[in-house]
Amino acid sequence: MSILIYAEHDNAQLKAETHKLVTAASEIGGEVHVLVAGAGCAAVASQASAISGVSKVIVADNSVYAHQLAENIAELVLSLAGGYTHILAAATTTGKNFMPRVAALLDVVQLSDVIGIESADTFIRPIYAGNAIATVQSSDKVKVLTVRATSFDAAPEGNSAAVEAIDSVFENTQVTFEGDEMVKSDRPELTAANIIISGGRGMQDGEHFAMLERIADKLGAAVGASRAAVDAGFVPNDMQVGQTGKIVAPELYIAVGISGAIQHLAGMKDSKVIVAINKDPEAPIFQVADYGLEADLFAALPELESALG
Amino acid sequence: MKILVPVKRVIDYNVKVRIKTDQTDVDLTNTKMAMNPFCEIAVEEAVRLKEKGVATEIVAVSIGPKACQEQIRNAMALGADRGIHVECDGFPESLQVAKILAKLVEQEQPGLVLVGKQSIDSDNNQTAQMLSALAKIPQGTFASAVDVEGDKVKVTREIDGGLQTLKLTLPAVISTELRLNEPRYAKLPDIMKAKRKPLAVMTTEELGVDIAPRVNTLKVTPPPSRSAGVKVESVAELVAKLRDEAKVIS
Ligand SMILES: Cc1cc2nc3c(=O)[nH]c(=O)nc-3n(C[C@H](O)[C@H](O)[C@H](O)COP(=O)(O)OP(=O)(O)OC[C@H]3O[C@@H](n4cnc5c(N)ncnc54)[C@H](O)[C@@H]3O)c2cc1C
Ligand SMILES: Nc1ncnc2c1ncn2[C@@H]1O[C@H](COP(=O)(O)O)[C@@H](O)[C@H]1O
Repeated sequence: MSILIYAEHDNAQLKAETHKLVTAASEIGGEVHVLVAGAGCAAVASQASAISGVSKVIVADNSVYAHQLAENIAELVLSLAGGYTHILAAATTTGKNFMPRVAALLDVVQLSDVIGIESADTFIRPIYAGNAIATVQSSDKVKVLTVRATSFDAAPEGNSAAVEAIDSVFENTQVTFEGDEMVKSDRPELTAANIIISGGRGMQDGEHFAMLERIADKLGAAVGASRAAVDAGFVPNDMQVGQTGKIVAPELYIAVGISGAIQHLAGMKDSKVIVAINKDPEAPIFQVADYGLEADLFAALPELESALG
Repeated sequence: MKILVPVKRVIDYNVKVRIKTDQTDVDLTNTKMAMNPFCEIAVEEAVRLKEKGVATEIVAVSIGPKACQEQIRNAMALGADRGIHVECDGFPESLQVAKILAKLVEQEQPGLVLVGKQSIDSDNNQTAQMLSALAKIPQGTFASAVDVEGDKVKVTREIDGGLQTLKLTLPAVISTELRLNEPRYAKLPDIMKAKRKPLAVMTTEELGVDIAPRVNTLKVTPPPSRSAGVKVESVAELVAKLRDEAKVIS
């Protein structure tokens, strides 16, 4: 068996998802190769070669891959697919964007959001917003999976796998990149943070999120949000935690002014410790919270900030 | 321009699913069903494009058992002009759905296909991307804004880290994100009118798509349950518990 992992990165930095996918791959068993596709991504390739368990890194460094457009990346992965029994990408917006194309062009199904490996052909994945867990067996010749990185530990570093450059260029002219607006933050990323403090509709407006940010800075935490807070324009979309947003599993998740709808719980109920701050004693979030504080958040947050010293 | 909108019949998003005691599947008997919320957003966007004069015809498609016609009628009440029901037992896998839709794209030649980003039952998030690959037309997934400009469409996408804008040559496939729009409710007269709109029924055999499943579900189990913990009386007590009991802050 041999496994191809698509590296998650932003051309400068390899993301921790890749280390976690290497662990998932090692549970399947077999030789593990990592594909780094991007532009000016040499540093990423060497970071990938340091992950223990990786036997080869393939780099496709070309301006056409700068924004990892799905059409181009899928063709690149497809051109390499021949030698592999499994192809894995992280269940991020990048992986979700191109991977189903790879599956369709190989005429195989994709198994989305895999959270457990039973064997080389049997995998565990959540359905119905995580309210049911399915064990599924695929009869396809190649298994194409997107993997929920938070379900696997990061593989350690301490390797120097061979790095092989390839120069294949796939450029679809039906699609062009026009621009992006990336959120800049010095705080940890939601999917990588050990502590997350999230705000919901109860925050009332975007400016009040500053109260969460000050606490986040004391805790080294990331700041998240419910869909209602994103829809209302309090904070950017990138912060939405839930079934259709980011799935997180930090050591500590603090939900402030969030009711606890099933779609929100789907994104955070695997957190180790959950704290809820809500003024409504009936809020469903209390049913999953290890520590519930029934309080007005506008009184509780300043107190929490000063209690953290 | 014609717009094709695939709409899926799924469990109502407010309903918490039950699991069969023999753990073979979820139990949907007597469960409230509805149109997948992301498909409602797709229908709404199509209707808005028609209201703006960009689209001329909206065709709603649903694949699955006879009951899916309810969701097609629902789409028609919201503004779709006609419907296509591809009838089969159960719901095919996303790959099969994409193959069926690719055949319909060939037949109907739409300028845009507006697809939901994700079904809230399978949580697959695949169909739009697969259709784009199979029909060889470009994709704009997780769209929070769509602007048709001549023979191109500008799509703003919600991605990890922020927003990305792409320009696609029409025809194209777009998958809808929550922020694309806020769907309207169907009005009673429109619900009545929808009953008279044309609805064609066809089979997967007619379309020449094999829908034999590739994935075998071995079991379906409830997630590990999480029980409620304790209520704390004050912020001070909370901080003490987090430090000394849970040891998650220092
Ligand atoms: C297809 C679909 C996908 C979805 N995906 C997601 C998703 O990914 N993530 C997600 O989060 N949601 C998602 N949702 C939405 C979800 O159903 C809920 O609507 C949403 O999570 C509610 O957000 P909220 O808890 O912030 O708001 P609300 O439900 O309005 O709750 C606000 C809470 O704040 C409390 N509050 C108000 N004022 C105060 C105060 N001063 N002090 C203390 N507490 C206060 C209230 O008691 C209440 O409990 C999705 C829905 C659909 C249909
Ligand atoms: N059986 C179906 N009938 C019609 N449309 C479907 C069907 N299955 C999936 N779709 C479309 O594909 C989208 C995403 O589904 P999925 O890729 O399965 O998560 C849905 O929101 C629908 O627009």
